[in-house]
Amino acid sequence: MAEPLLDIRGLKTWFKTDDGMVRAVDGVSLSIDRGETLGVVGESGCGKTVTARSVLKLIDMPPGRFEAGQILWQGRDLIPLDETEMNKIRAREIAIIFQEPMTSLNPVYTVGDQIAEVIELHQKLSRKQAMVGAADMLKLVNIPNPERRVHDYPHQFSGGMRQRVMIAMALSCQPKLLIADEPTTALDVTIQAQILELMQEMKERFGMAIMLITHAMGVVAETTQRVVVMYAGKVVEEAPVGALFGDPRHPYTQGLIRSIPRVDRSAGRQARLESIPGTVPSLLNPPPGCRFAARCRYVMPACTQAIPPLKEVAPGHKVACIL
Amino acid sequence: MAGLTPASLTADAPAPAVAAPRKNRPTSPWQEAWRRFRRHRLAVASGVVLLLLIAAVTLGPFIWPVAINEIDFAAKLQGPSWAHPLGTDDLGQDLLARLIYGGRISLAVGLAAMVVAVVVGVVVGALAGMSAGWVDAALMWLTDLFLALPLLPLLLLLMYLFRDHFKRMFGVEGGAFILIVVVIGGLRWMQVARLVRAQFLSLREKEFVEAARALGASKLRLVVGHILPNALGPVIVAGTIDVAAAIIAESTLSFLGLGFPSDIPTWGSVLRDAKDYLDIAPHWALFPGAAIFLAVITINFMGDGLRDALDPRRVL
Repeated sequence: MAEPLLDIRGLKTWFKTDDGMVRAVDGVSLSIDRGETLGVVGESGCGKTVTARSVLKLIDMPPGRFEAGQILWQGRDLIPLDETEMNKIRAREIAIIFQEPMTSLNPVYTVGDQIAEVIELHQKLSRKQAMVGAADMLKLVNIPNPERRVHDYPHQFSGGMRQRVMIAMALSCQPKLLIADEPTTALDVTIQAQILELMQEMKERFGMAIMLITHAMGVVAETTQRVVVMYAGKVVEEAPVGALFGDPRHPYTQGLIRSIPRVDRSAGRQARLESIPGTVPSLLNPPPGCRFAARCRYVMPACTQAIPPLKEVAPGHKVACIL
Repeated sequence: MAGLTPASLTADAPAPAVAAPRKNRPTSPWQEAWRRFRRHRLAVASGVVLLLLIAAVTLGPFIWPVAINEIDFAAKLQGPSWAHPLGTDDLGQDLLARLIYGGRISLAVGLAAMVVAVVVGVVVGALAGMSAGWVDAALMWLTDLFLALPLLPLLLLLMYLFRDHFKRMFGVEGGAFILIVVVIGGLRWMQVARLVRAQFLSLREKEFVEAARALGASKLRLVVGHILPNALGPVIVAGTIDVAAAIIAESTLSFLGLGFPSDIPTWGSVLRDAKDYLDIAPHWALFPGAAIFLAVITINFMGDGLRDALDPRRVL
């Protein structure tokens, strides 16, 4: 089937504040095919999370609102759907896991209850069957003693274990797409690797697609097939993972790649880690032209005139830069 | 009081036995709270005293089957004796029997008024906390309005206005009970509403609520299933203190003669009848006063213990 699983077209999610409209997501287009892992990278505040939440319509309205665009889920636009219709899509078709495993579980229920709740909600099973399903899910995400652990409360799990529980919850209805919003940011490095491995394993098992949102370029390199680089609410580059790391076109992407800490490089004299100078511009009154212009080392007068459109420079490789 | 000492000792005794390792670890938040509550000696002792008080008023009539309105002028205004353990009043009626009967009413009013206050408070607070904007503003405005009202004059006015109407609808005793409960409860929900709103405002932004929403939970399920259980701790504490406050309010009303009809004894109305005889029969006022004091102070101590036990920041 040629039709992508999820196709976001020109999405604009804006937030109304006392100071004016914050253009958190300002014309983002991206698509995910079945079974594909798409990485979405960019620094804090560039609209990655808002994009992800927009897909599941978890944006509070007001103050947020969809200014323009479409979110096509298997060809059907999600934006006009109401809460009841969305609840049929959530978890069953698209699931999401969040950054903070420590606070994403309800402290007053056992983890089994929480997983069973999702199963019960969507699959019309009895509580008993749902609890069995919950234990199966815990087993699947490699939690030892699942039959006993279903009766434990979140505070009895470590951070990595809770993220496993979150994954179990998200996958309990076998969604076609898993949105992982910085799933490993709050975890330490060894646990990060385990969680990424687990996600990979689950992906192969269920044949689902993953939208992996992160700011860790290393994670992207290891796990994704295609990458979308976002900056200040816009997509600045989109490429297969090999092309992105081998031949980054946008100065922002180049900066991101240069700022990855490297074991081999830090051994030498110049151990200082490179960074991109400056910060993300205010999304309240974005400057005209390319939003990266103020921080770009190749900036020229034309950059501040008009926003450069995304253009294809190689098959599947698009860049929004006039260079 | 001598009879109470062994009871509180036995209450303390099981604690070390429970501390010994057992197969099923106490893990649920409620079990944790119960464990912390047990460490609060004053609260545990208060709980025991309160349970004894409740047992006394519920089981009392079976153990002490003396009529509350048996008039015996030969034995009027007597001090405590074997025939009348708490003495008699000016009509020679047995005070113990009257206090047992009155305790039923006072405690029942306290509990029922608390339930009314908590239910109204939770509904108002939850509505305000979940619906930001003008609904929230209007409900909080209403709450502030109620908080600004002088309670006692309003209580008296409402009782005075509606007493006869309720008497006609629900009978003498039932009418008075329903009216008192509704009026006291209806004027004490504001604290709970504010508490619940504050809890909801912070809890609705929590990740686990967002996570539940992202996994397809409806709004009602979010509120009832995920937010409310987490907001319950402070509500329980406020509810406990409301019981005590409602008992005092009922006693005040009865003392002022606007509570239950004077032929129905409650702790407050017995106190009112006794006030003219303070110099010749101090026991008459002492015992209902002590009963009110004991009930209110034990409930407040329990509230203290519950507050410590349900405080999420306490890990001990």
